[in-house]
Amino acid sequence: MKKVQIARILVTLFFVGLLMTPAIMRRYTSAHSDSSKTTLDRQTALTRHGFYLEEVSHAAGIDFVHQAPTLDAKLAKIMPEVASMGASVSIVDFDRDGWPDIYVTNSAESSKNHLYRNMHDGTFKDVAEEMGIADVNQPGTGVSMGAVWGDYDNDGYEDLFLIKWGRPELFHNDGGKGFTRVSEQAGLPPWINTNTAVWFDYDDDGLLDLFVGGYYSEDVDLWHLKSTRMMPDSFEYAKNGGRKYLFHNLGGGKFEEVSAKLGIESRRWALASGAADLRGTGHQDLFVANDYGVSELYRFDGKRFHEVGGQAGVGFAPKSGMSVSFGDIFNQGKYAVYVSNISEDGALIQGNNLWVPKEGTEGDATQYENLARDLGVELGGWSFGAQFGDLNNDGNLDLYVTNGYVSLDRNRSYWYDFTKIAGGNSTIIGDAKDWPAIDGRSLSGYQQKHVWLNDGAGKFVDVAQAIGATDTYDGRAVVFADLWINGALDVIEANQRGPLLVYKNTVSPESKWIEFDLHGTRSNRSAIGASVELDWNGQKQIQTVSGGSGFSAQNDRRLHFGLGKNPQLEKAVIHWPSRKVQTLDSLNPDKLYSIEEPQ
Amino acid sequence: MTRSTTEPEVQQAELAEKSAFRGWTPVSSNLNPYIPPAFITLILVIGHLSFGILESYQKTMLAIVASIACELVLGRLLLKRWPNLASAYITGISVGILLRAPGYWPYVVCALLSITSKYVLRVNGRHIFNPSNFGICAMLFLASDAVATLSIQWGNNLAAMAVIWVLGSLIIWRARRFHICATYVASFLLLSFVRSWITGDPWLSEVSPITGPEYQLFIFFMITDPKTTVKSKLGQCIVAFSVAVVEMFFRLDQSIYAPLYALFCTGPVALLIEMARNSRRSGLRSPNVLNTGTV
Repeated sequence: MKKVQIARILVTLFFVGLLMTPAIMRRYTSAHSDSSKTTLDRQTALTRHGFYLEEVSHAAGIDFVHQAPTLDAKLAKIMPEVASMGASVSIVDFDRDGWPDIYVTNSAESSKNHLYRNMHDGTFKDVAEEMGIADVNQPGTGVSMGAVWGDYDNDGYEDLFLIKWGRPELFHNDGGKGFTRVSEQAGLPPWINTNTAVWFDYDDDGLLDLFVGGYYSEDVDLWHLKSTRMMPDSFEYAKNGGRKYLFHNLGGGKFEEVSAKLGIESRRWALASGAADLRGTGHQDLFVANDYGVSELYRFDGKRFHEVGGQAGVGFAPKSGMSVSFGDIFNQGKYAVYVSNISEDGALIQGNNLWVPKEGTEGDATQYENLARDLGVELGGWSFGAQFGDLNNDGNLDLYVTNGYVSLDRNRSYWYDFTKIAGGNSTIIGDAKDWPAIDGRSLSGYQQKHVWLNDGAGKFVDVAQAIGATDTYDGRAVVFADLWINGALDVIEANQRGPLLVYKNTVSPESKWIEFDLHGTRSNRSAIGASVELDWNGQKQIQTVSGGSGFSAQNDRRLHFGLGKNPQLEKAVIHWPSRKVQTLDSLNPDKLYSIEEPQ
Repeated sequence: MTRSTTEPEVQQAELAEKSAFRGWTPVSSNLNPYIPPAFITLILVIGHLSFGILESYQKTMLAIVASIACELVLGRLLLKRWPNLASAYITGISVGILLRAPGYWPYVVCALLSITSKYVLRVNGRHIFNPSNFGICAMLFLASDAVATLSIQWGNNLAAMAVIWVLGSLIIWRARRFHICATYVASFLLLSFVRSWITGDPWLSEVSPITGPEYQLFIFFMITDPKTTVKSKLGQCIVAFSVAVVEMFFRLDQSIYAPLYALFCTGPVALLIEMARNSRRSGLRSPNVLNTGTV
């Protein structure tokens, strides 16, 4: 046989090998990412993964089903897609009884929000009506999209900022006995279309400030459209969204809007935001995930904010950012940032982002790299809310991700029409009248959730089906809270046009935990922005009290650390926003510590 | 498609090969051979500096390097000479722009598949698939969980888009292939009315895809590729129209990658028909010419 013929045979074999490569890669990836696609019984899940979840909402007295808004009839043909947000959940101990309560938003006109008071016996009672924060979706005022809690006047009780498409509202908590609407006194704008807000004290003056990110432009009344040209002008580079607001707390219940003055002038379509001292500079950083575009990272230099997303590496590739959450996933005292996006087989593979600080970079020079693929948390689906938390108390932060956009007809998909219009020029994509009718079809509907367990060795493994997170509702917000105060993070999940789910967590008792309930004195009373750096067994993990994270969500302010088996606790160092540093020794596992900032 | 090859056939194939490895540049045009690679580089630079179209520099570079390296190795191995690399460069850069994948490996595999297909899937010494079209379609068929294509708008700067359309048209005009682009665009617009009438969707939603960057690359670099299009001007127009018609059927079947699949189906069929007609004519003169096989 001639050499050239042998070469041709070899090239042909090489070609066949190339054709087989995707199947090999798929087998390799699935072998390393999904430990189990099947549901396990509780004991097996407990043995294998150290915990299981049990959906108990009905037994707990919670029978809430989210209702979506009905917007202007001009949007009727794409209504399910436009009116696709609003299911949110936030955790607050509004009456300071020491037990976490649940606030959940509704989004149909005249529908009511619910405030579930924790009755300490595993049940909850809706008290929103009597507290005055139920009937907040009246026609003409817009509808709820989310809620974040913060004690803006430092009176010891958490106040409520209601995120809306419509008139934003600030409610003062009157000693846990009711709420008073103070929106006008606070100086809030009359109408904005927003899906994200976060409380944080950017100037460390002891008073909580408030960032609010617009989605649709604030001059759009979605119930009375002047024009159908209100959609994003690009799928990846849209800059015709709502403006941003930064309300500086002046004290006395007054706020001054300072966004432009301090350098925040974006008109991207913000869907999620979070604040923390991400890069160890001593100042709060503000991370904004934008739909239809790149994420933004705002660095505060003590006087102004500077958008540094591009140079930090997080603002390069435009995607569909829908959630922001921070977690010290390697137990190194550094935060990674998780941003959810869209992935749909055969249509659009954006992949979620896990931004991890690069080795050797820190402070203002911090550079991030996306390790979502390497760590196995990249492909979620049409992902929305995500949160980090140690679900099995093994000492490593796990990741819970909700998925699913519009679940209608299971057998008919809107994806083709969606990509058709998404590729168009701004004159086409920006006008709702040019969009094809959704006509009862699903768009990434009926998707499973992901519960990615951190193995502590650089990999996350999806165990959602195995441990009982089996619902396929259109997930939006997810939060963690130790609702039963038993050392296990329970999961509360808000679903669009679906039920509020309460997954009670049962954790193997050998795995220990510790919790911190922080209260500021010189710092803001909510202690938002305070961080705890816990050292045990030769490793350390950092967590920060958050004024809002994920998508339209806020976790319990209490910080929960899993410790694993037989932990040797060394110390906890608290960095208060006032810059005071407090060190706690002689800590014991399986305890909740209530800590007040030293004067 | 394997067969035993005779010496004259190998010589014929290698002659065709020499012609083929002049790259994208049509033999009969008066176009500088470096203009098409320069043009696609310009699209990349404008698109990226204006809007950041690339997933990452590394992925695009990976596709280009894999494509060129593969061309060098296979050219050396099978043709015993160093091939012109313009075609491989265009293939690599097309893969880098059009493919969207979070991982790195799809860029390498797609580039290698594209180039290798030129050496493996051949009839009468001529490759029958547009390389990057084949590579990308193969990835979409086989790795839909890992890849997608650029199917979204890369910005709203009409000036930048106009530059690409005007420059592209001028270059294609000088390459004497503007009629292919014009026929395809006219057919697409005409058939968008038909699709709109059938589906009831707004006409602009049917036109929408052609305003995006994927079509700029598709029109200027795929359907006009001299090595995988038929020779006669009328035939080229008929093929361009046929691609648009087949694409319409894919679109009515709600196929997201309709244009790529349409070219994947139509291009080789058109070439085979042309070869069969040519061989029949030649056969009248010399009955022992028609052969198909792997080179």
